[in-house]
Amino acid sequence: MELSRIVITGIGLTAPNGNSLSEFRQNLLDGVAGIQRIEMRYMGEVLAGVCDFDPMRYQKRKEVRVGTRAGSISIYCAREAVADSGIDFDAFSKDRVGIYVGITEHGNVETENEIYNISKFDYDTKFWTHHHNPRTVANNPAGEASLNLKVTGPSYTIGAACAAGNLGLVQALQMLRLGEVDLAIAGGVSESIRSFGIFAGFKSQGALAEHEDPNKASRPFDVDRNGIVVSEGGALYTLERLEDAQARGAKIYGEITGYHVNSDATDYVLPNPERQTQCMRAAIKKAAIAPSQIHIVNTHATATPMGDIQECEAIREVFADCPETYVNNTKGFIGHAMGAAGALELAGNLPSFEDGMVHPSINVDQLDPKCEIPNLVLNKPIKAKRVDALLNNSFGMLGINSALIIERVSD
Amino acid sequence: MSKDECKQVVLDIIAEIAPDEELSDVKPEVALREQLDLDSMDFLDIVMELRKKHGIEVPESEYGELVSLDSCAKYLTPKFNALV
Repeated sequence: MELSRIVITGIGLTAPNGNSLSEFRQNLLDGVAGIQRIEMRYMGEVLAGVCDFDPMRYQKRKEVRVGTRAGSISIYCAREAVADSGIDFDAFSKDRVGIYVGITEHGNVETENEIYNISKFDYDTKFWTHHHNPRTVANNPAGEASLNLKVTGPSYTIGAACAAGNLGLVQALQMLRLGEVDLAIAGGVSESIRSFGIFAGFKSQGALAEHEDPNKASRPFDVDRNGIVVSEGGALYTLERLEDAQARGAKIYGEITGYHVNSDATDYVLPNPERQTQCMRAAIKKAAIAPSQIHIVNTHATATPMGDIQECEAIREVFADCPETYVNNTKGFIGHAMGAAGALELAGNLPSFEDGMVHPSINVDQLDPKCEIPNLVLNKPIKAKRVDALLNNSFGMLGINSALIIERVSD
Repeated sequence: MSKDECKQVVLDIIAEIAPDEELSDVKPEVALREQLDLDSMDFLDIVMELRKKHGIEVPESEYGELVSLDSCAKYLTPKFNALV
């Protein structure tokens, strides 16, 4: 069976260091991070990546009040992606549009807020809001976007821990190939910085980063890395079948030529480099290219001591003898954007097809010898001889791994 | 509390839960939902805010008493005055 070719035609994003692709990309090339200290309920100050997009650009004040932060991020990213795609969205059949939003988790923020609220009323549940259920259902971020954009096709979230951003895109690809939709809006979002439980959980796990300089706290591959900086953010893409995009003369950012998702089946939180290797290799096989034809590998590395080492092991094995393959990481700039991470990190690298630059991993003052990989781009961007394909890793708790391969589409 | 003061309390609550609405010319005798973009969830917010901010309970069987500003004032003013 001949499978449809699926391409990216629009990008909408918000990151702690940029609210558009151009702003985000420029900051990745200029070494500008976006981490700050915020006050966290019960915990005091914590480090976090905070987005400063204007939700009022696409929502009424009441919608912001009733909805969730994840919903606002989805709406902003979806609207920006649709605008960027240049598609005549008003004329598009909305029942042929699908929205697939990857999430690490959803509902923690709203539930914590409500428990705090009723704590002011002696835990009397008659003060518990009637907005709780629509805010906390797992499809909320996609559902709010469907309401805002009047999309009547299939819209839902994909729960996949921190691999979710990639999985949103995989779902879009599959639905387009099945002919279920003609336009997909997909990627991942995160509102996790508003949940003390996420921070406290990482802290109890010994995996929450700390540094006197917030912008130095997230430091994958550095020998002094000490954990994760939690961030919010989102990146949603418009995806179409190649022939549809070409027929309307759309700008094409790249084609998803390979992907794979697998499960470690070994541990709740510890990664498994063998499964990561298998995941990358399976994605490369689907793309029908050799590892040496991939010119950028964006790592998932979150700056935990073991996680970074294990991913580096996997990459060393898959990309041995690949002199033109560069390896980088985005989390030094923006922290770990959880459900948005995979989608945001992909967006940061896509412009390399046009400008040939490879953005660096920053905050690596002293590379951990166990994280040495040939062509690991550290602290300063480099100009690649060519960038025709990139591989985007995203892994998550309970052992879910994903790898996505995007290739340049030649005119 | 006078009926006018009671109406202002209700308008203040509506200003919070429906911040996009223009409230300067709300007609007190006309149903709120006929002149403002209020849905059933917003209406429940009004009931919740009366409970939270003012300790006023509105039983479900009496929600109909809150249809307009005039009916709110008629129904709620004695409840407010009973609090003091």
